[in-house]
Amino acid sequence: MSSAQDRQVETLSSEIKEKIDLWAERYPADRRRSAVLMALHYVQHDYGFLSRELMDAVADHLSIPPIWVYEAATFYSMFHTSPVGRHEVAVCTNISCMLRGGEDLLRHIENRLGIRAGESTSDGRIYLKKEEECLAACVGAPMMMVDHHYYEDLTLERVNEIIDHLD
Amino acid sequence: MTEQLVTIEVDGKTLQAPKGAMLIEVLDEKGIYVPRFCYHKKLSIPANCRMCLVEVDRPPKPVPACATPVADGMKVWTRSPKAIEAQKGTMEFLLINHPLDCPICDQGGECELQDMSMGYGSDVSRFCEGKRVVADEDLGPLVATEMTRCIHCTRCVRFGAEIAGMQELGGMYRGEHTRIETYVGKTLESELSGNVIDLCPVGALTAKPSRFRARAWELIARPSIAPHDGFGSNIECHVRNQELIRVIPRENEAVNETWIADRDRFSYLGVYHEDRMLHPAIKTDNQWRETSWDEALEAAVEGLRKIASECGGDQIGILIAPGATLEEMLLARRLAEGLGGASIDHRLRQQDFSQDAWMPRSPGIGETYPDFQHRDYAWIVGADLRRQIPMFAHRVRAAAEAGMRVSALHALDCGWNFELENNWIQANIPNAVAQVASAVRDKTSRKLPSALKKLMPDLITDEARAIAEDLIAASSAGLLLGADVIHHPAFGQIFLLARWISEVCDVKLSLLPEGANGTGAWLAGAVPHREIGGFSSDVSRLDARAMLDSPRAAYILIGIEPDMDCAHEAIGPALKQARHVVTIHSFMNDALREFSHVALPAATFAENEGSYINLAGAWQDFSAVIPPLGEARPCWKILRMLGSMMEFDGFDSVSASQIATALRQKIDKNPESVATGSDGWDMQQSIESWEMPRWLRMGSMPVYRADGMVRRSEPLNRMPQTQRNQRLHMHPADLHELNLATGDHLSVRQGATEAVLEVSADPALARGVIYIAPGFKSSAELGWHYDAIQIIDQPTTT
Repeated sequence: MSSAQDRQVETLSSEIKEKIDLWAERYPADRRRSAVLMALHYVQHDYGFLSRELMDAVADHLSIPPIWVYEAATFYSMFHTSPVGRHEVAVCTNISCMLRGGEDLLRHIENRLGIRAGESTSDGRIYLKKEEECLAACVGAPMMMVDHHYYEDLTLERVNEIIDHLD
Repeated sequence: MTEQLVTIEVDGKTLQAPKGAMLIEVLDEKGIYVPRFCYHKKLSIPANCRMCLVEVDRPPKPVPACATPVADGMKVWTRSPKAIEAQKGTMEFLLINHPLDCPICDQGGECELQDMSMGYGSDVSRFCEGKRVVADEDLGPLVATEMTRCIHCTRCVRFGAEIAGMQELGGMYRGEHTRIETYVGKTLESELSGNVIDLCPVGALTAKPSRFRARAWELIARPSIAPHDGFGSNIECHVRNQELIRVIPRENEAVNETWIADRDRFSYLGVYHEDRMLHPAIKTDNQWRETSWDEALEAAVEGLRKIASECGGDQIGILIAPGATLEEMLLARRLAEGLGGASIDHRLRQQDFSQDAWMPRSPGIGETYPDFQHRDYAWIVGADLRRQIPMFAHRVRAAAEAGMRVSALHALDCGWNFELENNWIQANIPNAVAQVASAVRDKTSRKLPSALKKLMPDLITDEARAIAEDLIAASSAGLLLGADVIHHPAFGQIFLLARWISEVCDVKLSLLPEGANGTGAWLAGAVPHREIGGFSSDVSRLDARAMLDSPRAAYILIGIEPDMDCAHEAIGPALKQARHVVTIHSFMNDALREFSHVALPAATFAENEGSYINLAGAWQDFSAVIPPLGEARPCWKILRMLGSMMEFDGFDSVSASQIATALRQKIDKNPESVATGSDGWDMQQSIESWEMPRWLRMGSMPVYRADGMVRRSEPLNRMPQTQRNQRLHMHPADLHELNLATGDHLSVRQGATEAVLEVSADPALARGVIYIAPGFKSSAELGWHYDAIQIIDQPTTT
């Protein structure tokens, strides 16, 4: 009868909805789609990763087809569509960092945590990002980003210190 | 204003082209071939496949012909070394990840990539690395996937967004990881989804039901007309060894453009269903016995003659499907006349025939689809267009996207796939239309005919005022009444109100009946109140309802299954008491087996020939694409045999086209655009307003249950919407009031019939409406699709 899919829609918190609305208001009324990126950022920040239910909820809230949300969420590497560790560690391996030993850093972290890039530790503590492109901090190469904070001029000791202090 | 032209030079030849046109359009128009994958004339231009690169004088690099507008003085080379090199380069990239599996690919032989790799590909691949592999999603029973073959042209994605109005496929991930998918693995539910099969230039999306059944070069394409709704889509039937393998659209810009609905594409599977009646049969002592045509026809004729002489010809009723051809309807009418005053009707689900005399000469929109799309406003009442006439819904949507303002009134939210001006959901449709009439009267100060006075409601809602204002203000509005109001118990008053509104507001009033020939039926004589040719009639005959209200001694059923195609609850008893029931149909079902005495196997549309008049008034004829199965015969030939055996006049035509020509001449002699059965509003009797029952049963015919053929297409019936339709739907608040939840069972009584159905909450419905779809065994005996219904059992909360 009605073509609405039998689907579960999670309800977004009113705080998130308000934040999304602030962005949606910046665009013309028929372009609410433009707010999808910021919406996904907020949702991921609060819920950890973007489940299908959460993406459907974003689609509902923005009145856009769910497929538009799935497209955006899968396109951008900063969005996770499956569960990841609490802390996101992203080691730059782009050219400047590569020349200054970025790849060795990544290898070192992989060994220390016992996981490969793209995986999370089994205790759910750390997510080691699969691939990070230049984060525009070449002057401080090699560098990595942990939970949106930049750590530059890294040494193996410094990396150990940072990683070990993540709870 | 004349189009501005620019002069360009292509491959050394000077051409005139409309300013602003894309190069590829001009080249296509002039017959100059440029290879392409992503470009499609009916879709937006993404220029992402790069296959149509051509050389131009400026800029000094190849440009995509699909996204380059022509400019005065432009020089283009489509076959220069530079152009060919660019095209070959693109081809090499496209083939990097494409599997070399043509021998096991269903697209092989009709694949654009295969063809172009012959023209532009290299015979040796320089790519030694591993090819990517993409996991397949199950997109449901209609579309098969092999996404490793996808070249990301995005035609299917754009089709969903731009034509189907329902984007189900999208481009996930990016770069080399790009995948075209639904992400969640859902069934494609758009009623036009099958078109992505035609659009896909490779073998990524193919037709599931006909997959691996034949190679393209083995198929013979034969033209036909889609037989399930009045839109009249042009189709091409692909036949191998006299077997119908698949159906695809046949391009006709004035009708279906390059598309068809899934119903028209996949219904053909019914042709080979086990219910097909393959031999004539006679029932004696409740035992069916297959027999020869001679004997069966003899038995049919003898029975009819007997009834006609003993009880009178008026004791015979003919019920004919609205999907019957003009020829069949005409011959059936002549049969009725020959039998001496037998009645004939095709409006099997209609209850209220009170305003027959005031109806137009024939239903339909009475103008071409493109002309209709140029109207500035449309008010669509009681039509679930996407389910009832999917391709017309596409036309309306395209018009709305181009600026037509559309409002709708129905007892449910039909899930319109475009922005409506006003989507009014109201259980009491006669009252809602009366509100609009009342608002129109207030606004225009026009005198309301006294017949309509009692219908005027006390209250006028804002929706009604808004619609009235739009109707008055619009310069070329249309008011369309759909099948769901035609089947309404108060259709007469809805029609009269709509007619008055259309007169006062200068709005074109159209009826959208069901069936492929709902328009033609009125002209071919398949209605009791009109003569052949659409002339109004003074002779009183019985309409479909009256033929069952006062049961006849004999019936002829043509192309119908009484339990599925009729709505009157008296159909069973009426047929049971009849002394002689002759069935002419392609299929046999339990009801036909129980009620009929002689069964004559008819050809399906694929084996038949004849013509239809579509909603736009176009005559379209078609021929058989395969020979009839078993001993089945085209229905018009069966009727011709019956008529000649009884020595009636008008049964000597040797071809279907001869019958159609005779009918056409008759119709052309009928100058009336509207039949004059009325002497004006003053003659109308005053009408009492319809009383809305506490619970109103509503049953819109589900898209894949519309006729015997569609009901027997297995993939269509596996579609989720068909499954959902078997439940009883109510507004969640109504369910809550009854302490019910989705999944519970509810007993209802309509008339004298009870049914127990699983309930489902549906916020799309108006309050007070109990939606029970017809076309299923579980609901077949309930009767009228719009009627009062009682809840007889309220289970305790679960």
